[in-house]
Amino acid sequence: MSPITLPRSLLIAVVLLLALFPMLGTTFYVQLGAKIMIMAIFALSLDLLVGHTGLVSLGHAAYFGLAAYALALMSPKYEAASLWLTLPAAMTAAALAALVIGFLVVRTAGIYFIMVTLAFAQMLYSLFHDTALGGGSDGIYVQVRPELILWGFKPLDLENPTEFYYFVLIMLIAVYAFLNQVLHAPLGRTLAGIRANEQRMRSIGFPVFAYKLGAFVLAGALAGLAGYLAACQFGFVNPDILAWHHSGVVLMMVILGGMGRLHGPVLGAFAYVLIQELLSAPALVGPYAKHWQLAMGALIVIIVLVLPHGIGGFIDIALRRHSYRRIRSGGAVET
Amino acid sequence: MFYFIQLLNAVQYGLLLFLLASGLTLIFSIMGMINLAHGSFYMVGAYLAYWLAKLSGSLWLAVPFAVVIAFGIGLLLETAVFRRLYKRDHLYQVLLTFGLILVFEELRSILFGDEVHGVAIPASLSYSIPLTDTLSYPVYRLFVTAVCLVIAGLLYLVIHKTRVGMMIRAGSSNREMAAALGVNIPLLFALVFAFGTALAAFAGAIAAPMSSVFPGMGHQILIICFVVVVIGGIGSINGAMIASLAIGLADTLGKVIAAEYSSVAVYLVMASILLWRPQGIANRA
Repeated sequence: MSPITLPRSLLIAVVLLLALFPMLGTTFYVQLGAKIMIMAIFALSLDLLVGHTGLVSLGHAAYFGLAAYALALMSPKYEAASLWLTLPAAMTAAALAALVIGFLVVRTAGIYFIMVTLAFAQMLYSLFHDTALGGGSDGIYVQVRPELILWGFKPLDLENPTEFYYFVLIMLIAVYAFLNQVLHAPLGRTLAGIRANEQRMRSIGFPVFAYKLGAFVLAGALAGLAGYLAACQFGFVNPDILAWHHSGVVLMMVILGGMGRLHGPVLGAFAYVLIQELLSAPALVGPYAKHWQLAMGALIVIIVLVLPHGIGGFIDIALRRHSYRRIRSGGAVET
Repeated sequence: MFYFIQLLNAVQYGLLLFLLASGLTLIFSIMGMINLAHGSFYMVGAYLAYWLAKLSGSLWLAVPFAVVIAFGIGLLLETAVFRRLYKRDHLYQVLLTFGLILVFEELRSILFGDEVHGVAIPASLSYSIPLTDTLSYPVYRLFVTAVCLVIAGLLYLVIHKTRVGMMIRAGSSNREMAAALGVNIPLLFALVFAFGTALAAFAGAIAAPMSSVFPGMGHQILIICFVVVVIGGIGSINGAMIASLAIGLADTLGKVIAAEYSSVAVYLVMASILLWRPQGIANRA
């Protein structure tokens, strides 16, 4: 099996690149970068379930959306809310929803699990769509972005796109590092064991249900972080962010990048959003820009049929072939 | 009388759900395949009926043609795409069918636009039976109820009394064994898949005059069908029937009692079933 994370030198290079990016790009690209990194956090949280625990959730947008709504509903109309208050509250709301829904869905497996997670996400969607809660189908605005105040001064102003970008970057690094720790800790090893053989883990004596539920709640809370950041960035929340289309998109990111490795979902988020930008650029595809989902759908079908392990898996295989050739030609191989 | 009408509506909606859910549950259990695009076939059926009815001027002609075209689409998709997925992880089945949904939705948008289109009820059925001075019931809805009942009856007969039905049941309970006993599994799979597609398209076509045709019409009903399959238990036609009627009732009653929360009622039914029998009402643990 390939390692969960990339070599440290490569990680540092990527972080440096991301940190330097705002100096090169215009505001548009800085905002796009922040959007991609938010989706990367979202995809990382889903991969904890799909790639590391073996639970295919098709309702992950529910927790993303719930936290976004939590921020929108908690924010006062004309002044900034405190980030220290609203961020934990929004993540807790997402985690609580994941706890209640997880308690019901984790007892199912396979196809049932997929359908039931989807159904409960749709329940939340209808709740926000059909009732007056959170502005109904019109959605709700976050007029003023929350304030980050540390010992009386403001290290980052979230109203400024560049400073917001850095805030998201810090969050992405934090989530990545956190998951890296978790996955190498006994918890992560247990989840990997459950993914490989649940029966055996149960017979050894692990409380499998509790572990799966724990992973579900943790993934929900992290999806909540991404949702909170998205609500901050766009300043607007509507029921579509809870919809199953959004859950499908994030699942696609995980697969596109290659699941079960931490860099996979991040890579997938970058690839997906960039492909989407290309396919919907009028300059490139002319009048079909409006119908970019046609090409995206076809692309998804082709990727599933042709690249079963995503782009990440494709790179892995290419690397392995490369080192194989070097062994045959007598060269030394680093492992 | 008001509640009687609601009951009729509930049964009609439930039976329509059954047409979709029975195909879905057969595809789940026999091929081990989760098909998110099933709702798209419902939409395809509705739009075909709308388009063909406009061309031919008659819904009576449009519906059979729509069903035949959908059967063809089903066969084509099964042999070209789905066949490669049966042995793959559910995850990839989800993704591929998700991609297909995007394709179907955008094709719909390119071919028919994003407006809501009405479909006329055939003149011979477009009147209502007066029940009281103020309340009446449209005959077309009764007709749909009757047609669905006939199809459900036929489905029961085919599955329980014919040779093909026996093969389907055998394939559903043990694929390898059925193949070893000489059942032509690839052909059976292709037929079951195309049949499920045609059934979904038929449901869409006959529902079109009641609901009109609109973008995203397949999504809503797909998720409700998932709920039906979860409640009924995968692979159980009988379970699907009971669950469809229960969901039809829960949805209609929900709309009467608290319109805003009616969609939640359906999911609450599902949640309680999950607590009570996670494997569905008709399946043994």
